Amino acid sequence: MDVVLDNLDLFARGLRTTVSLTLLSYAAAFLIGIVVAAFRVSPVPPLRAAGAVFVGTVRNTPLAVLMVLFFFALPDAGIIYPAFTSAVIVLAAYTGAFIAETVRAGVNTVAAGQGEAARAIGLTFPQTLRIIVLPQALRAVVAPLGSLFIALIKNSSLAALISVGELAGTAEQLITDTAQPLPIFIGVAVAYLMLTLPAGLVVSAIERRVAIVR
Amino acid sequence: MTAPVLSDALGPRARRRVLIASAVTGLALLALLVVAIRRLDANGQLDEEKWKPLTQWAVLKFYLGGLGNTLRAAFTAMAFAISIAGILALGRLARTAAVRWVSTLYVEFFRGLPLYILILFSWLGLPTLGLKLETFWYLVIGLSVYNSAVLAEIFRAGILSLDKGQSEAAYSIGLGYWQAMRAVIVPQAVRRMVPAIVSQLVTLLKDTSLGVLIFYEELLRRARISAEFYQNPVHSVALVALIYIAVNATLSQVATRLEARQRRRYGAGEITVGGVEDLALTSAKAQAADATAGG
Repeated sequence: MDVVLDNLDLFARGLRTTVSLTLLSYAAAFLIGIVVAAFRVSPVPPLRAAGAVFVGTVRNTPLAVLMVLFFFALPDAGIIYPAFTSAVIVLAAYTGAFIAETVRAGVNTVAAGQGEAARAIGLTFPQTLRIIVLPQALRAVVAPLGSLFIALIKNSSLAALISVGELAGTAEQLITDTAQPLPIFIGVAVAYLMLTLPAGLVVSAIERRVAIVR
Repeated sequence: MTAPVLSDALGPRARRRVLIASAVTGLALLALLVVAIRRLDANGQLDEEKWKPLTQWAVLKFYLGGLGNTLRAAFTAMAFAISIAGILALGRLARTAAVRWVSTLYVEFFRGLPLYILILFSWLGLPTLGLKLETFWYLVIGLSVYNSAVLAEIFRAGILSLDKGQSEAAYSIGLGYWQAMRAVIVPQAVRRMVPAIVSQLVTLLKDTSLGVLIFYEELLRRARISAEFYQNPVHSVALVALIYIAVNATLSQVATRLEARQRRRYGAGEITVGGVEDLALTSAKAQAADATAGG
């Protein structure tokens, strides 16, 4: 285990990178998800189509392919970002597509009378969505949104494919440098479980507080 | 598909507004497309030499071989993952405490780790422990270990979702524990969990692209090799994305048909195709369906 203890500072740095990668991506993914979900339930056909194409494309493409496409291919088309920024953009787009679908499912749980009542008092479509429908829809899908967050913690490891020095990348580097895979594997496993297990507890706590049981 | 809560016949004024909004957003999207194409053109990405290789049979055969390798790894891992998951699910429900603990430990440990780490360790770690195999097997081991843990949870949830009366009835007609499991519990549980299982298997297929990390020549690795040779990374990786989208769209079709049949026969839930994330989605949709049915 010496090799882990000796490199504790590297693990700590990797852990910090993983955490900031996850938090930034989730925040961006949430925004993307809400906007795309709004597109998909809007009465405007081109917006609905654009939302559907985005979700269909991103969801059916493996995350690894998206990472490689964005970081190794798009620079040829003049789209160049640093590795960390690229990872945030890709993770946000990928997770955003799933959040959009989840939110859309949540919108379907809101009783039709809510929308009718909102229209009856003269609210426009964006107002209906923002004030009446979305708050109820989001509370109905707290648990799946939490699962998406935990999946994102794990998915953030794919940033290592484009050499972002987060936990997985740090572990890979250390294994190559020290040739001691087993202790490093145990170390990095503990680090990830330190993130995923508490995240699971926090999600169920939030769920208990805000979720609506229908 | 519009959400029921927001769909309503539009009045004349609303129809006019939607028409204007459609024209504006349609133009904006078109403008976006034009900008994207001009950008590709300005960087020489539309040149013949970039896309020409992808029309040659030899190159396409190289990609198809990659797809073959992807499918081979995916199906092998599926077979292993399902078998191990079945054992684990029964282990978690076993009457012997030690068996329960071991299965629980396995499931909770491997489910909480990124697949990336498991494949990495399988590739770099197992050889130092004396297990020297082809690259193919390192990928299969990583995929199987992770997905067996995830599938075990799905199986267990299916078994637990059954009414207690099912096992009680089985015991009361004189079946033993294993007989009841085999003849009564497992068949019903599996049917109930088909949507979640299919969705996880498709995730597994998508995750096979992580083989790129250990230089297994699946689709994505082959695209990178070919891109390096022809200097056309945009086209090569985009082609891989298209292939995955086509394969997943086909699976979606199959899943939809399967789902319709399931629903007709057993009243099972919706099947979604996609990521681990889709499992979350499946539950959200089931909730939505319940709410619609209830309200």
